[in-house]
Amino acid sequence: MKVSLSWLKEYVPLEWDADRLAEALTMAGLEVDAIYDRFAYLESVKVAQIQAVSAHPNADKLKLCDVTTGDQHFSVVCGAPNVKEGMLTPLALPGTAFPDGRILTESKIRGVASQGMLCSEAELELGSDQDGIWSLPEDLPVGTPLAEALSLSDIVLDIDLTPNRPDCLSVIGVARETAALQGNSLRYPDTEQADENQAIADITSVTIEAPDLCPRYTARLIEGVTIGPSPAWLQDRIRSVGMRPINNVVDITNFVMMELGQPLHAFDFDRLAGHRIVVRRARDGEHFTSLDNKDRVLDGEMLMICDGEKPVGIGGVMGGLNSEVEVSTRRILLESACFNPVSIRRTAKRLNLNSEASHRFERGVDPKGTVAALNRAAKLIAELGQGALVDGHIDVHPGAGEMAPIRIDVDRTNRLLGTSLSAGEMGRLLEAIEIKVQLAQDGAGIDAWPPSFRVDIRQPEDVLEEIARLWGYNRIATRMPHVAAGSAQLNGRLELKRSVQSLMNGMGFAEAINYSFISQRACDQMRLAEDDPRRKIVEILNPLTEDQNVMRTSLVPGLVDTAVRNIAQQTKDLKIFEIGKTFVSQGKDCQPIETDFLAALWTGARYEGSWNQKTVACDFYDIKGALEGLLCGLRLDDIRFSRIDKRRTPYLRPGAGADVVIADQRVGCVGEIHGEVLARFNLKQPAYLFEIDLDRLSPIIPDRIQADPLPRYPSTSRDITLIVDDDLDAQAVVLGIHQMEEDLVETVSIFDVFKGRPIPAGKKSLSLRVVYRSASGTLEDEAVNTIHRDLTQQLLEAHKADLPS
Amino acid sequence: MDKSIDSIYQEALDELDGVSAPEALEAVQVRYLGRKGRLTAFLRNIASLPPEQRADTGKKANIAKKKLEEAIRQCGESLKSGKGNAGEQLDISLPGRPATPGSLHPITRITREICDIFARMGFSIAEGPEVELDYYNFEALNVPKYHPARDMQDTFYLSDNIVLRTQTSPMQIRVMEKQAPPVAVIAPGKVYRCDSDLTHTPMFHQVEGLMVDGDVSFADLKGILTTFIHAMFDAQTSLRFRPSFFPFTEPSAEVDILCVMCRGKGCRVCSHSGWLEILGSGMVHPNVFKSVGYDTTKYSGFAFGMGVERIAMLKYGIDDIRKFFNNDLRFLRQF
Repeated sequence: MKVSLSWLKEYVPLEWDADRLAEALTMAGLEVDAIYDRFAYLESVKVAQIQAVSAHPNADKLKLCDVTTGDQHFSVVCGAPNVKEGMLTPLALPGTAFPDGRILTESKIRGVASQGMLCSEAELELGSDQDGIWSLPEDLPVGTPLAEALSLSDIVLDIDLTPNRPDCLSVIGVARETAALQGNSLRYPDTEQADENQAIADITSVTIEAPDLCPRYTARLIEGVTIGPSPAWLQDRIRSVGMRPINNVVDITNFVMMELGQPLHAFDFDRLAGHRIVVRRARDGEHFTSLDNKDRVLDGEMLMICDGEKPVGIGGVMGGLNSEVEVSTRRILLESACFNPVSIRRTAKRLNLNSEASHRFERGVDPKGTVAALNRAAKLIAELGQGALVDGHIDVHPGAGEMAPIRIDVDRTNRLLGTSLSAGEMGRLLEAIEIKVQLAQDGAGIDAWPPSFRVDIRQPEDVLEEIARLWGYNRIATRMPHVAAGSAQLNGRLELKRSVQSLMNGMGFAEAINYSFISQRACDQMRLAEDDPRRKIVEILNPLTEDQNVMRTSLVPGLVDTAVRNIAQQTKDLKIFEIGKTFVSQGKDCQPIETDFLAALWTGARYEGSWNQKTVACDFYDIKGALEGLLCGLRLDDIRFSRIDKRRTPYLRPGAGADVVIADQRVGCVGEIHGEVLARFNLKQPAYLFEIDLDRLSPIIPDRIQADPLPRYPSTSRDITLIVDDDLDAQAVVLGIHQMEEDLVETVSIFDVFKGRPIPAGKKSLSLRVVYRSASGTLEDEAVNTIHRDLTQQLLEAHKADLPS
Repeated sequence: MDKSIDSIYQEALDELDGVSAPEALEAVQVRYLGRKGRLTAFLRNIASLPPEQRADTGKKANIAKKKLEEAIRQCGESLKSGKGNAGEQLDISLPGRPATPGSLHPITRITREICDIFARMGFSIAEGPEVELDYYNFEALNVPKYHPARDMQDTFYLSDNIVLRTQTSPMQIRVMEKQAPPVAVIAPGKVYRCDSDLTHTPMFHQVEGLMVDGDVSFADLKGILTTFIHAMFDAQTSLRFRPSFFPFTEPSAEVDILCVMCRGKGCRVCSHSGWLEILGSGMVHPNVFKSVGYDTTKYSGFAFGMGVERIAMLKYGIDDIRKFFNNDLRFLRQF
């Protein structure tokens, strides 16, 4: 809501300057977003004198003017018929921003440079004369800025109103707040109209067929009206709130809406069939052309203002082209009504049609203010349109009953606010904004009757809020509440995420956060099978872009895209991870399954290259090592890796992809991204990833650490090299040894894998180190040798292995 | 005597550490233990000390002499086998073998900071679904369908009744449905709004807070939030509570801090107002309590919410909100 101070002071004496007033309004809940002089655009328009006029060499109708601002001369091309030597006129210099948005630049007009522009009243929006340049009074000082010479200055406060304050969508509303803050009183405009009789009743009628959507409808008739431009003062008011003048009748309805907050509509009475108004619901599928010349398809929940035959306006939203006030209009039917806020909002949303009127009605207008606004506007139309007011007004469903008072408990109010105000103090604060109060005899309670325009005040908390804001939030004490010691609970899930983040950081991975929405294409890019659960996507009905039209079912596309973007920025070595949710649909009207995932991606170098360390590309074992490091850091054991199922994990290269199984539960996968997937994402270098379902991981993480005693006796180790089939997984050999349940075997590790000569084709050599230790004494060599021989023999048999020759 | 025996001994050891050739070792030996050596001279001077000091000083000097002789002998040994006490001369200016740590996302960093401050004040931390029922996101929070307050947030819809949560506030309802007062909880998380420009991304992060108990007042709200802001920014940060409107609180307050960039003078960051909106707050609206079945005559409480990106931008001097989700490593590695 824009309010100019010149308009505001019509209703309240302004004792404060603009800055102080803006500060006070802001701190009372009417946030002033901007303060500006609405004539600031005149900054580079000067009072200038035309010193000489000569013909334009290339155009008959243009003239070259030598113009002075006293100390400077300008050569200006002008086409106005009234230019003459000696005349004072406004000179706009390059850089001037006109109200219509044009910015003046120095330019050549028909081959001759013009260093500025001589302006008409209309071009500067300071009047309506557009027939020639503005001839300014001769006593104005040449060279002064025009705004200064004409004393044009009007500060505008741009207020960002919250939806609960429709009463302030009017100058009178802001004036009321201003008066309450300054501690002075409000002056209302004259809205009384004494009628001799009810002549209107013989000429027209109003029928409300949908009283639930239109609780009140009032109307007046003005006859013999001449439609024409508004007088300067009215145009100025209209412009001061950022609207454009149209004609006297439309300007008056807008003026009164801005002044009092009640939207009004003027119909050309003679275009209303049957000369009457019927307020009813639209018929489903009915068509209607609104004032903005758009065809609207209506539904049965929309409220229409109709004449004897057809709709002539969308109630509270916009009028119709078929009853618009035109130059030829002589009789005006003026509407001032109340509409159901929910219905208005629904209609405006459905039609995607927001107007100043719907904005006010959907927030709530004063149900008792309709007649005042009607009278105010009707009298102005009669006056400025040289018409005559028909006696009487129509008022269907007049007046809601008196509201019951709201009872305020003084003690409770003080307890909730942390204040110690007396009933009297509370009462005084409320009375300043026209809330009527009556204090209870014992001082414990207040009965409050909010004025009808405060549609937001319905219960004690609403009144309490008024007390708090008028008293001033910053005058309320600041204190610390008592919180029961030990009441805060640790959140295990968040703790796990923190541990994961720390471990990943320690291993050199940077955390990324990608959008939760991705492109639907991602499923195909990942080569997901038709029946893959990750194709059960949740679609967004109103996405911002096609690239963000579904919720992700995997973190992989986001990480791969991040890699692509970074590589484009020449960051080719990346170790990144993300923790976030995936969303798998359970049907259109259910919430999807949300699962916390961890995913990591490694591409480019294994280590940052340096003088003592060559750059080597990372590989499968790097990402697997990082994953093992993470799981170890989380104190997990019993981890196995099995070859991926190609259908379930189609985005990993089948030869280099593993499922991660912990305690017999698959918790994720690790591997090299499939070449085809890389190509579909346009990632041009090999990349490795792992994905872990944190929701599955979380319950199997040991919740306590149990320390083992340190060994008291030395260990001894033995190495074995086995020649095995190339496709035998090393894990099988290691697990095989553990399954022998030989008590003395402490650890088994693989220290070498070799293929190629002299190892026969299709075979590989696998070198293992077995560490033996006893808890009860130092092991004798001979005893170890015996066990080791036995173990070796079992391995040779179990895996059809040979010893090296 | 100019110097104590301790400092003479220490200087001798320092010189030995620089020795890398037998000639140099020889020189150190002569300088301290030779006939005109400093330690020898010290020992000789003991006789001129006052009698009560002689015994003590003499004893210390003899110990030092023995230790030095041993150090010289060891240095001689290491000279025979290598380069003496100094060892090989490395170019210590060369960088070490890289071991680059990763980095936390700035949003994670700030979220943790916020949560930790509230945890220290006794708040628990909860999380909730990002895809919400309209009921939790709006209706239970006193925003019925076709309420103008819905214009305050552009919503992504998945169906008529399912939305991407536009705020972390639904957690207020979910927590209160499960738990009777007292409640002191904060809920960090992602939220979504259909908006994208220099200062808005369609996904961002919020932290919601809620405290309900027998006698919680607006003064308590001011206390908790003032403490938070002083911990988050600095203890000198000026702040103000400004009346505002949120459907689920009443009275509602916007909390502004004095602009951290210009200290209130007015600059681009604060749109020349001198103040920055940091969080929204208010006393829980009775309609919200009714929707979770809390007795409004027994309990009162306050709620608040803040945008994590905004705080991160202010604290880290980040000018464009989109940087958070571009995940440019050159950006991420700064945190």
